[in-house]
Order: sequence, then structure tokens, then C-alpha cells
Amino acid sequence: MVPRSWRKIRYRYDVRGSYCENCGNYHYPPRNFCPTCRRKGKLVETLFPEEGRVVSYTVVREKEPYIIALIELDNGARVLSQLSCEPGEVKIGMRVKKAFRRYGEDGEDGIIHYGTKFVPVD
Amino acid sequence: MIGIVSYGSYIPKFRIKVEEIARVWGEDAKKIKGGLGVHEKSVPDVDEDTATIGVEAAREAVKRAGIDPEEIGAVFVGSESHPYAVKPTATIVGEALGVGNDYYAADLEFACKAGTAGMQICFSMVKAGMIKYGLAIGADTSQARPGDALEYAAAAGGAAFIIGKDPIAEIEATYSFTSDTPDFWRRDLQPYPSHGGRFTGQPAYFRHVISAARGLMERYSYKTEDFDYAVFHMPNAKFPVRAARMLGFSDEHIGQGLVVRAIGNAYSGSSLLGLAATLDVAEPDERVLLVSFGSGAGSDAFALRVTDKIKEFEREPKVWDKIERKVYVDYAIYLKHRRKIKA
Repeated sequence: MVPRSWRKIRYRYDVRGSYCENCGNYHYPPRNFCPTCRRKGKLVETLFPEEGRVVSYTVVREKEPYIIALIELDNGARVLSQLSCEPGEVKIGMRVKKAFRRYGEDGEDGIIHYGTKFVPVD
Repeated sequence: MIGIVSYGSYIPKFRIKVEEIARVWGEDAKKIKGGLGVHEKSVPDVDEDTATIGVEAAREAVKRAGIDPEEIGAVFVGSESHPYAVKPTATIVGEALGVGNDYYAADLEFACKAGTAGMQICFSMVKAGMIKYGLAIGADTSQARPGDALEYAAAAGGAAFIIGKDPIAEIEATYSFTSDTPDFWRRDLQPYPSHGGRFTGQPAYFRHVISAARGLMERYSYKTEDFDYAVFHMPNAKFPVRAARMLGFSDEHIGQGLVVRAIGNAYSGSSLLGLAATLDVAEPDERVLLVSFGSGAGSDAFALRVTDKIKEFEREPKVWDKIERKVYVDYAIYLKHRRKIKA
């Protein structure tokens, strides 16, 4: 678990995705091969905008309910992320911004996983 | 001229009222509020800790500075609630900010004054020419044993300061007063700190805060009248108000930075949130006295002079705006947020 989580730090800690300079598409998580342009693709890493809006969401009711949302960032890229707010607060179209939060931990003696979630814009 | 180039702050949105804590423990809320001067305190979300608070405060500071994060050459995080006992918070913050790999980093711990200790180290490193910018953070999700007097004030929050040349507030001088005074401590593997009760007052807080302030003034020839604002560490609202009076400051000097009434004591973040709230309104050429206090014990005093650069510096949203954005929780939700009960 440690190496797997470590490999994801760069794009989890901040919303770093890939951008294809050939077709202009964004991808998150980042890809190393453009699914549209295939071999002609020219991918570069890029830091995505801080804010976006909720395109759709679902409330996962497992122990404590939490929200998974499809978020369209201001560059048009779509990311799937946990939304940190009350299930009753979330609405399609609401403005959200990135927040650095805990994802979880590997038990009491394991590593703590951190990453980006989204929260409502005040 | 070296000093604060930028600053940012973060206060979790949840609050619990003193009345709610007093209700659970069968105590007199009025008496506690009168004694401490604290009305409510901030509570972190279930997925927030010192690292996440540090990152949020630091991101605001980097954004306001308008600098490339890779120009930051040192990251120091001061806290007494680092998420790991062994494994630095500073590397988590550095990575999340995109500082790169060329930077000095360490976690600091000196009860509530570890954040100002980080500022002194960054100041020295910039002065020595080792780094261009240094990032000093004071952040905590303060621990308190349920039912302990500390529980009414132990809060969460943090502030981040970028130290460098061409500042918005010059660090004119800094001085520390330190002694071995066991007023408050936490032993290894213990979840909650212990304290010496009334002993935390005169021989600990007041002796160190007053000595550091007077030491700074004597060594660098300042008088009380030279300062427009004063910010002291705020374990409660009573102590800083009394310290201010002992040094000849009026309530107007300290009111802007007295965030403790509304959010409690964010330990390493306490005096730094007070400083951030003060810089939010300070005008060029005004001078701020900052005196932190860390149990164990020591105080770091700073004389800060605000420069013209503050006029074009982005100061919104202000600390007091963040204090006003709040959601109240009851004691059971508070316990869940502090991970004292689990599903």
C-alpha cells in the first residue's frame, strides 16, 4: 500500500492532470498516452483551476454518508472527487473549490493518506 | 529589509459553544465564560488535521505573494499536534504546495510557540543569504482531555507566513526569553496534555511574555508608545489582556488580534492568527508587537513595522471574515470530529 499511495501523491495533493497539446483535451488523473490522438498526442502535466461546478453527484450511504461528485473545473476538465459537505447541502450546478484533506489511513499504525477533495465556495 | 512578504490563515468552519461543553460536564457556563473570556471555539472537520490546516493557510500565503512556490527554500511547521509522531508534516506541506525538492524542512515543537520559532529561523536564513523565501507555519488541532478545563478553549486553526526581502511588514527585531518551566506537557504516547493548573499563570505565561516584551524593548530601545498594535499568545482572553495592561497597552492596541474570544486557543496558531488579523487592518508605518508563548517555557517577541507594500497586498478574506463563517456542532458531533468516537 505504501508505494501505491506514494506514486499518487503528485496528482492527489494538488489537481495536476495532463493536457494534450495536439487535441486540447485535459485528463485527470493524468495520462501518459492521449486516448484521442494516440501516437500523435503530445501530453504535458498541468495544474488545473481551483474552482468548478458540480455536474452530478451521488451520496454513498455506508456507515457515515459521503458524497462523490463529478466536477467540471473552469478549464472544462472533469474530475471525480469526494465533496466534503453535508448530503443535504449539495446541488447540481453549485460552485465548489479544491481543499486539502485527509483521505484515510492504513489503521492506527499505518500511513495517513492525504489528497484533494472539494468543498462548497463560501 | 527582511520581514513578512505574505501571510495566509485557515480556521475550520465548525464551532462549539462553551454552553454546550458545560452542559455535558454539569458546569456553570456563565462562570467559565467570565473566567476565560472565551465564548466558543473552532472544531476541525473529520478529515482535517494540522497538515491540512497548514496546507490551506500556506496556499493562501503563496497565492497572495504571487510567487512561484519553487522560490521557497525552507518550510517549517510548528505544532504540538503533528499527525505523525515520526514523519514530518513539513514534507506533506512542501509537496502539496509544489515547492519542489530543493528546500530545507523540519517540524518544530515548542508547545504554543513553535510557529514563531519557525519565523525566527526563516528570518535568520534569509538574512544569511541561504534562501530567498522561507515559509513558517503555526497550526494545531489542539488536544484536551474531555472534561478538563482546557477543553473549553483548545481549538483548531493556523497561519502561514512567508519571510523574505521587500516585505509588507519588516521584522525590525526579535528576542526570545526561555527557561525550564514545566507548566504544561504531554508525555510520549499520551493522548492528552497535562498542566500545572494555576502554575500556568504567573511563573509561566506572565513571566515569559513580559520578560520577552521588556527584553525586546530594552535591547532595541523601544517604548510601549512606539507600538500601534500588540498581539500576545492567547490561551484564554484574560491572560493577554492582563499582559497588555502590565506593559502599558490599552484594549485598543490588542482588540483587533484578540481572536481567542470567538475561536478559542489554536495553540501554535494562536498568536499567529492574532498577528494575521492585525496585519489585515494595519497601515504603512504602524508598528506591531508580537509575543508568543510556549509552555515549557519560552516567549518569542517581534517588533514588526508595516511597509508601503501592504497597500497593494491582497488581504481579503480577512481573518475576522473567516471567524464569522461558522457552523455550530453539538458535543456528540464534536467528539466525532475529534475522532474520539468511531463508527
